[in-house]
Amino acid sequence: MKVRTRTDLDTLRAEGLSALYPSRARIAVGMATCGLATGAASVYQALRDEAEAQGLELDLVATGCLGYCQQEPLVDVRLPGQDRIVYARVTPHRARELIAALVRGKLPMEGALAVIPQEDAPPDRTRPTDLPLLPELPFYARQQKVILRNSGLIDPLRLEEYIARGGYQGLARALLTLSPQAVVDEVIASGLRGRGGGGFPTGRKWQICRDADGTPKYIVCNGDEGDPGAYMDRTVLESDPYSVIEGMVIGGYAIGAPEGYLYVRDEYPLAVERVTEAVTRAGEMGLLGGDILGSGFGFSLQIVRGAGAFVCGEETALLASIEGGLGEPRPKPPYPATSGLWGQPTVINNVKTWGSVSAILARGADWYAGIGVEGNTGTVVFSLVGKVANTGLVEVPLGLTLQEMIEGIGGGGLDGKAVKGVQTGGPSGGCLPARLFQLPIDYETLTEAGSIMGSGGMVVMDEETCMVDVARYFLTFTMDESCGKCTPCREGTRAMHDILTRIIEGKGTEVDLDLLEEIAVWVKTSSLCGLGQTAPNPVLTTLRYFRDEYTAHVAEGHCPAGVCRALIELRILPELCTGCGLCLRECPAGAITGEKKEPHVIDPQLCTRCRLCYDVCPVDAIEIVR
Amino acid sequence: MRLIAETPPPPAGVLLAKLHSINAAHGYLPEPELRAAADELGVPLSQLYSAASFYASFSFQPRGRHTIQVCLGTACYIRGGDRLLEKLASLLGVEPGDTTEDRAFTLETAYCFGSCSMAPVIRIDGEPYGRLRADQLPRILKNYRQKGAGDGEEGA
Amino acid sequence: MPDVIVDGQRVSVPQGTPLLEAVRAAGEYLPTLCYQEGLAPYGACRLCMVAITEPCTAVVASCSYPVEEDMAVETKAPEAVAARRLALEFLLGRYPRSDTIREMAAQEGVSATRFPAPLAEGANELCVLCGLCVRVCRDLIGAAAISFIGRGSERRVGTPFEVQSDACIGCGACAEICPTGAIEIEDRGHTRILHTWNTKVELRSCPACGKFFAPAPMVILQDMMPEVAESWTLCPDCRRLDTSRQWIGEAATQARRLAP
Repeated sequence: MKVRTRTDLDTLRAEGLSALYPSRARIAVGMATCGLATGAASVYQALRDEAEAQGLELDLVATGCLGYCQQEPLVDVRLPGQDRIVYARVTPHRARELIAALVRGKLPMEGALAVIPQEDAPPDRTRPTDLPLLPELPFYARQQKVILRNSGLIDPLRLEEYIARGGYQGLARALLTLSPQAVVDEVIASGLRGRGGGGFPTGRKWQICRDADGTPKYIVCNGDEGDPGAYMDRTVLESDPYSVIEGMVIGGYAIGAPEGYLYVRDEYPLAVERVTEAVTRAGEMGLLGGDILGSGFGFSLQIVRGAGAFVCGEETALLASIEGGLGEPRPKPPYPATSGLWGQPTVINNVKTWGSVSAILARGADWYAGIGVEGNTGTVVFSLVGKVANTGLVEVPLGLTLQEMIEGIGGGGLDGKAVKGVQTGGPSGGCLPARLFQLPIDYETLTEAGSIMGSGGMVVMDEETCMVDVARYFLTFTMDESCGKCTPCREGTRAMHDILTRIIEGKGTEVDLDLLEEIAVWVKTSSLCGLGQTAPNPVLTTLRYFRDEYTAHVAEGHCPAGVCRALIELRILPELCTGCGLCLRECPAGAITGEKKEPHVIDPQLCTRCRLCYDVCPVDAIEIVR
Repeated sequence: MRLIAETPPPPAGVLLAKLHSINAAHGYLPEPELRAAADELGVPLSQLYSAASFYASFSFQPRGRHTIQVCLGTACYIRGGDRLLEKLASLLGVEPGDTTEDRAFTLETAYCFGSCSMAPVIRIDGEPYGRLRADQLPRILKNYRQKGAGDGEEGA
Repeated sequence: MPDVIVDGQRVSVPQGTPLLEAVRAAGEYLPTLCYQEGLAPYGACRLCMVAITEPCTAVVASCSYPVEEDMAVETKAPEAVAARRLALEFLLGRYPRSDTIREMAAQEGVSATRFPAPLAEGANELCVLCGLCVRVCRDLIGAAAISFIGRGSERRVGTPFEVQSDACIGCGACAEICPTGAIEIEDRGHTRILHTWNTKVELRSCPACGKFFAPAPMVILQDMMPEVAESWTLCPDCRRLDTSRQWIGEAATQARRLAP
């Protein structure tokens, strides 16, 4: 059916509600890329096959990501009239056991993580056993889902389910009751700031574009999430694509643009597939195309697939990539809001920004402005990854401290190791030390500390991370990804990388540290685009906060974290070695010899000091000699 | 002020889409295909070639039957992605970027598939393998050599 | 006509002028590689850095920054000078054989480099990647025979697949506009060899004297400008002779008509 009126929306909403809360068992398997990477497809298969074999009638759904990626594959089960139960780290074997239990009319408790309460459930709802509620888990306790409001809870491609959870109410309100300027005013009042990293006030950008001369105007979604360690945008596109599409149509209406482009990274094939299918279905339903909801406003959306260039996350490079293929940035000013795609006024916003817009128009600016703190309203999604116990996607109101994030939600260091620092903002950001973890997470505070909010990547580092090595890692990345157009980025990242390489090889000097800083300032000041302008941030912050590690490398040829290969040696302690042979099998260089049950030996000539043996030794018999 | 008249550019996104379709059909970008595509799209060959040479997704050399991509994103690097790369290079006897002699595998690196919670991650022909340990690599490679890879598997 | 204050001196320039032109109008010098009047600003070389003090504080590339009423800029501010010097120091390190770079650097007070990094074997040792050749060929001439290839440190300029180009018309505008003389073109017999582009273009011979003088592909100019088509077929020397003869012949004809 085509959605032509608000009543049609209500009809679909009813259909969606019956799909979400059917009168028979509904099992949802988290099948975003994370889930798939840990075997969710096998689990799905096992559930389906076993249900068929047992003759069990149920609704089996592939949903997106609940965010608790550490616990994937995640499966949630809803029996009619009951709340959903989430099972963690499900295997095909446990999946079959689950079906067997369901056949007997019971829900197993083994492997059950928590209960997802239905938001509008009656108060006398029966709760199975004494499982915690999902919001009670430390991982979720401080979270507030706006951008991820539907992720993991709906079949991403079923429009009815999206509508049942409030989808398209924002668009209906905008198109049918508000003028375009009123929509802009609403976004301004919400205080929403660009979630791609820059944090520019979204409403203000829209106003500039609305006021600019020139037609046609364009709407663009920047889905080129290139920060390594960040996967929030991917998750939204895979788990709740309609939230972004709806946001873009609202934006088109607000600034008077009939056409939009959604640029997705090539490294995200599932996101490309899902959002392409979502656009097709939205079109078939009349929610894209001409005269949407009978408003007279028409909007068309095209998906553009990137091709592996981090620089295309920079807005002018992205636009150039769409126009003529080559992703080279252009000087700013002029900014895309006045001169963007084909030189026309263009609003380009991040995936999470568009996902927030649809919620804001549905629930109102005041609601959104009430979340977070003044000047930093709303929620931000972080990918909490690295050497932290609980990894996953975390959505919190702005203003939470780093401590609450890493210790509270993250559960502290992995394997109980001491957390040394956190990298925020990806390669454009900086490493902040543990002693600054009382700082609140907001745009200004992070920038003042030398880092940036960025798109939301948050990589935790522990006592076994060498910060000089980390700085060099980021320079390897920016050097490889530099488009090469401007002198400072092209030459400067390579020079900084060379110096850092010398330092980790034990050949650096104090003079190198001064040189590093001088080059860093130059690249930051003179580069043409954001890639070069922020590439030095990892270097500058590690020099500022972890200078002692640099000094140890250059003055003593010593790597305190025991990482830098030229500065360590690995030795098997014969008194502890049980001769299990694990290290021998792991070693990529074939440097370990030994008989079964006899102490093994590392040949220092062949050893590349990669430390794989150290990681796998079950009895901690390998020593890193610094 | 221009000597040779300009031809109107192709619509937004078309050029990239064309490169993707050639890459999908051939596994890389053969010269004759690019030349034909420039004519078809009405763009200067230099523009198409410039774009083709810019992006990491495209190669001008044929790839092996299976493409292995090792993620070197931040989370994967912190959790030992570089060592997976070393182990694979050693098992296959190639440097990153090259194809094995028997043309079975091409080994490449990439910067982040967005599966950071499952670090370290590799992808083979687009299938992700997360929480991977180096000692699982020989078995996975063997599966592909026998041409029968399933879906992504958990490393744990 | 906005007023811009350059190093304390007020100049008036048309709206839309790049800041660099305002600086030049005030008589100040800034080094540039990638800027060329008549071509859209590119912003690649980052040599023309200046410090804006009003209406905001920023160090910017003046070639691609638009002027505003009462904008104040300092060319000698320490941050701007340091930015220009470090850029030239790196260029000096990368292109030790380039006289242009050496002179430009000397003008900014840079005579040595801490970053020697000569290019790899086989690379063009004088190409500073300013992009002028690419832009003149694509935007002014319209042949689009060359473009940038690759990314980052691998970035270079060349023809598609770095072989003979079918689009090159042999006009030589690329060599003319190159600030470092990195493009080699040689006329040898009936062929123009663009060594840098691995491309050869046939020359046409003058029907009057037989000398080879113009690239054959430029015959397209005849089609585009038929009013001068006839005189374009002759080489410059024969064209001059031809014109002189015409004049002299006309004068003689006139004289005969007026003779008693």
